[in-house]
Amino acid sequence: METLEQIRARLLLAYPAAQITFVTNPGPAAEHSLLIEATHAVEIARWLRDDTALHLDYCSNATGVDWPDKTITDVATTTEPDPAGGPAKTVETKTTRLQPGYLEAIYHLYSIALKQGPVVIRLRTANRTDAVTLPSLTPIWRSCDFQEREIFDLYGIIFSGHPDLRRLLMWDEFKDHPMRKDYVEPDDYEWEPTAHGAVLERAKPHQSAAAAPALKTGGTP
Amino acid sequence: MSDPVTSPTPFPAAGNISDAEREDLRRHGILMTSLEELHNWGRSNSIWPLQFGLACCAIEMIAAATARFDIARFGAEIFRPSPRQADLMIVSGTVTKKMAPQVIRLWNQMPEPKYCIAMGACAISGGPFKQGYNVLKGIDRFIPVDIYIPGCPPRPEALLNGLIQLQKQIKAEQLTGPNAARFTRPEEPSEFPIPAYGAHDLVPTKNDALWAPPTPEAKA
Repeated sequence: METLEQIRARLLLAYPAAQITFVTNPGPAAEHSLLIEATHAVEIARWLRDDTALHLDYCSNATGVDWPDKTITDVATTTEPDPAGGPAKTVETKTTRLQPGYLEAIYHLYSIALKQGPVVIRLRTANRTDAVTLPSLTPIWRSCDFQEREIFDLYGIIFSGHPDLRRLLMWDEFKDHPMRKDYVEPDDYEWEPTAHGAVLERAKPHQSAAAAPALKTGGTP
Repeated sequence: MSDPVTSPTPFPAAGNISDAEREDLRRHGILMTSLEELHNWGRSNSIWPLQFGLACCAIEMIAAATARFDIARFGAEIFRPSPRQADLMIVSGTVTKKMAPQVIRLWNQMPEPKYCIAMGACAISGGPFKQGYNVLKGIDRFIPVDIYIPGCPPRPEALLNGLIQLQKQIKAEQLTGPNAARFTRPEEPSEFPIPAYGAHDLVPTKNDALWAPPTPEAKA
């Protein structure tokens, strides 16, 4: 199979207006991916599926990632000549900038016909709060149906063009998105017999309340 | 509440003769019993479980029904697909918050006398998924549980042992008198409130009349 850079180059030839970014994976897996602009995502997905050399006819996995707001510290090193004539000093200036958070949907594509893959593509939302709409790829790959519903349920990405976008795991009345990093779970830590770590911290207020004699209750009947 | 399994007189209505005397009579072909004992003997050896499973514990429950472990030896092989015909609910597996109202609804639809076995770590407390966003921390927060079977999952032998413990409990139940079994007392609830799906959790998160966090044991 051609490399991801070659695929990207061919995509840019086919869609010169599209913005396609090569995202490197620094881990040992080195499974790099293509970040695709949401406006062209459906046509690019269709091209990936129908291209004779790639023929990526199967989306094995669609998943979400939550990237919260992140403060990045850039360190710039400059050398300043010493006015007294000594050796030049190196000065480190640190600047912090806020990288706004976003949500990501990631698709792992394979070709059953040509026995090749995976090709990983990513779609990003503009932010995590109000602009969370991405085009649905279910019309291209039928297998995305439940997985996009799961992403919608757990991360809150709204897939426009999805045929049946409902919650999959949680009930319809549920308002939160449990897999987001800032999800606040209900405070039901009243009975944690073997608590440790983060659970212990959550359980402590309940334990001190339970130790008070007024609330002494007798366990299961 | 006194433990019915270890109470000193398991068959108090059997009359004033001792077990040894009854055994002696039995050798001579005379069977002496009481209606209560006969009744409890009959229903403890013919427990019909509700046929439903929630997770991997259900696989062990199915294995307990196969020829190798053979739950039929204890009279509990008739798994009923309808709660109206079942005596025993084996909560086998993780109870998600989304599933909990349905489990409680099934329990409410079962006729008295009915019994509940919480099978496995998840049904008891939430188990390895206890801090999950969609996992109920034990079915005993909403319905009364008679037997707890620990394990992840419990082996079929453990389920059979739990069933034997339940049979002992049933055999020790009294039908009349001040210590009569729960199901004979009309003031005891048979149905339990079904929680609603809330915006963040089940509403309410537990049945306060049924479950309260146990007081931590004092460390010696």
